Amino acid sequence: MMAWATGWLALAGATLVLLAAIGVVRMPDIFTRMQAATKASTLGLGCLVTAAAIALPDSSSVVRAVSIAAFVMLTSPVSNHVIARAAYLTKVPLWKGTVVDEWSSSRDIQSSDW
Amino acid sequence: MGPDVLLRAALIMITLALFISLVRVIQGPTLPDRVVAVDLIGISSVCLMVLEAAVSKEPAFLDAAVVIALLGFLGTVAYARYAERKGRE
Repeated sequence: MMAWATGWLALAGATLVLLAAIGVVRMPDIFTRMQAATKASTLGLGCLVTAAAIALPDSSSVVRAVSIAAFVMLTSPVSNHVIARAAYLTKVPLWKGTVVDEWSSSRDIQSSDW
Repeated sequence: MGPDVLLRAALIMITLALFISLVRVIQGPTLPDRVVAVDLIGISSVCLMVLEAAVSKEPAFLDAAVVIALLGFLGTVAYARYAERKGRE
């Protein structure tokens, strides 16, 4: 029973990671690619980590698995925010169907200090 | 036919995901596109390590996954800092 739960969770996580990779190839510009990659892969990693924690039920493995999930869920939004900001500031072109770009009209766009 | 088939299928799908994101690393028109794809390859490698730990019942793969996750985050932030400073000059 537990082995089946591990198998189906692993399959769900692998499907999400595969969808993230397909999104990165198929989406039209960097910002849409980024949202495909970040959300799907983080959720897929969550499923896979749950599968590993069920497959290895001793306490040290569960703690390590949970810490991997917590670490990725904390750092993945930060790193993708930082890439998106760098991409926008280095004037990577937006998709031609982009509807709203609020940052382009604000004046403090170049006043970053890091 | 058992749960093992599902685990093997999951391993094959994640390996496929690694190669598909490699396409974006090769053809990505700008540098940030490549960095996003490399970041996804890092997360996919973490997934592969975690899954391999579940398949082979070997907890040492979880340690490798922690290290890969840390290095991927640091690499991405270092790149973004470099690119933004270069863009301002």
